[in-house]
Amino acid sequence: MALLEVKDLRTSFFTDAGEVKAVNGVSFNLDHGKVLGIVGESGSGKSVTAYSIMQILATTGKIVGGSIKLDGQELVGAGEKVMKNVRGNKVSIIFQDPMTSLNPTYTIGHQLMEAILLHTNRNKKQAYERAVEMLRLVNINEPEKRMKQYPHEFSGGMRQRIVIAMALACEPDILIADEPTTALDVTIQAQILELMISLQKELGMAIIMITHDLGVVAQLCDEVVVMYAGSICEQGTADEIFYNPKHEYTKGLLRSIPTANTAGTKLQPITGTPIDLLNMPKGCPFAPRCEAAMKVCIYNTAERAEINCDHAAACWMNVKAKVESGEIILDGADKKEEVADNE
Amino acid sequence: MSEQNKNTPLVEVKDLKQYFDISTGFFQTKPLKAVDGVSFSINRGETLGLVGESGCGKTTVGRTLLNLYKPTSGEIWYDGKLIKTKADIKELRKKATMVFQDPYSSLNPRMTVADIIAEPLDVHGLYNTKEERREKILQLMDYVGLNSEHASRYAHEFSGGQRQRIGIARSLAVNPEFMVCDEPVSALDVSIQAQIINMFDELQDELGLTYLFIAHDLLVVRHISDRIAVMYLGKMVELADAGEIYEHPLHPYAKALMSAVPIPDPKIARANQRIALEGDIPSPLKAPSGCPFRTRCIYATEQCAMETPEFKEVSKGHFVACHRVAEIN
Repeated sequence: MALLEVKDLRTSFFTDAGEVKAVNGVSFNLDHGKVLGIVGESGSGKSVTAYSIMQILATTGKIVGGSIKLDGQELVGAGEKVMKNVRGNKVSIIFQDPMTSLNPTYTIGHQLMEAILLHTNRNKKQAYERAVEMLRLVNINEPEKRMKQYPHEFSGGMRQRIVIAMALACEPDILIADEPTTALDVTIQAQILELMISLQKELGMAIIMITHDLGVVAQLCDEVVVMYAGSICEQGTADEIFYNPKHEYTKGLLRSIPTANTAGTKLQPITGTPIDLLNMPKGCPFAPRCEAAMKVCIYNTAERAEINCDHAAACWMNVKAKVESGEIILDGADKKEEVADNE
Repeated sequence: MSEQNKNTPLVEVKDLKQYFDISTGFFQTKPLKAVDGVSFSINRGETLGLVGESGCGKTTVGRTLLNLYKPTSGEIWYDGKLIKTKADIKELRKKATMVFQDPYSSLNPRMTVADIIAEPLDVHGLYNTKEERREKILQLMDYVGLNSEHASRYAHEFSGGQRQRIGIARSLAVNPEFMVCDEPVSALDVSIQAQIINMFDELQDELGLTYLFIAHDLLVVRHISDRIAVMYLGKMVELADAGEIYEHPLHPYAKALMSAVPIPDPKIARANQRIALEGDIPSPLKAPSGCPFRTRCIYATEQCAMETPEFKEVSKGHFVACHRVAEIN
């Protein structure tokens, strides 16, 4: 059994302008000790997926369907009591901005010990020792002295280390990292990523890495979920996603990043602008920007289909390829026409 | 543009210093050396990439170059002319403009797109009739791929990528030769980034623009730049051709920076040996003596603490500021 099973998760925000389906039928599994990357651009629903797992959505947001099972226990509709035990204890989250996720009016030591006292049976002295131990684990020098300092006395990279220490203090099974290095500089980003890799090996927790940076994904993740407009367009092992992409959006994304070989040439961007979640198209959400879009893409959403045991994608192009190779024969004549008619 | 033109410097900066006074107590101030003796030149039609971590002074260089800050000392030469008087500065700003990082805060929410784009035209009085103003606006919008129907809309009605297009149109309004682009794509999504980068490329080809491209995303900088300069704590530590500096960085900091770039390819990324730097960038208020990088440098010796290394040419067009550059490479 997988550690975390998310099935057909649907989360909506009820705004004055209407219902925004931020997460629209997302399913994935996460095993013990694995690193799962969720990639997508802003508004694709990657953060909302994470917040839904933790149930820390804004007041207008609501999980409207699906299931989230942690170690077999259903979390959707489980109530605040259960969630309090899950948050921080079994699943921890670190946020993008280390400047705002620490309270400026308390010392680092106070904030670290608060988490430990709340979630474990340690007394104050033990909690202090644990906090110092955690600071040492994330490579902070002179932890005893640092315990008495306030967040503003630390640099951005150090604050993110402290947030990581806090998140790991109660030995969670899953660490959710929501763009943990986006606010940091390149060399500091490298330090934090190295730290996360080594801690993951040492402590054996699973990580959900939410990012828009494909470089970070390539470096860290075993498995990758690519999201667009609230749904998963493709998921699979990192190698499959990078070397054998099977969704037009993933392909476009990989084509559009500058690399060492693109200097002096034109990049191949994805045309158009990101989708407006209030005006979702009827068919595939990526169809309006997709260069390979067929008639069928505009009217029907593609079903998730297995490419191989490590890889699945929801793109009509794969169906088209199968029809052309004769692998599937469509029974309805009209449907066949739709798929084959790509002009 | 003729070949001869291409090899003459359009912008030349000599020993530029920009200090800010920081209050440290009652009537006491201390200089924060944001830029501390930087020299470089940019040739006509060239793109110079400027990279470094936050707080290293790269944005200050860009802003001081356009005299948005009055330089503490040093010289800025534009097109063979020293920029000194107020009249020089006004003249300079007709030829050199800036694109800002954040497309959300750099556009006035109370102005229509047309008025935003036309503001430089108004300031410099670059039209005679209303009709001419309107024509110019539409032409600029066309340049950056904006629909002319959008002219009467407000900035909040646009996505980040489109706002950045508006900002670029505004910068193009005075028909500039030189543009300082301060992190113009870092606030944008990956799929939109490529559109804007291509636009910068096309504008350069069409209008013969010269860019100073400031960014922290090294893959983007490498893609767009002819030459790249690396800054650390207010000083330039290395300057070379884009390919050269990526393949053979000489300064220990540049080496670490290049190795830290996350490469979007799992096999390369897993095999990549990163040079991990210890610690954080020091505060510019307490900058180390001698070489600014010595506190984090594994090669640092006593000499590095005593003397500031000179920024010198080690091979043709490749400048490095390091005492031990010959030994460690």
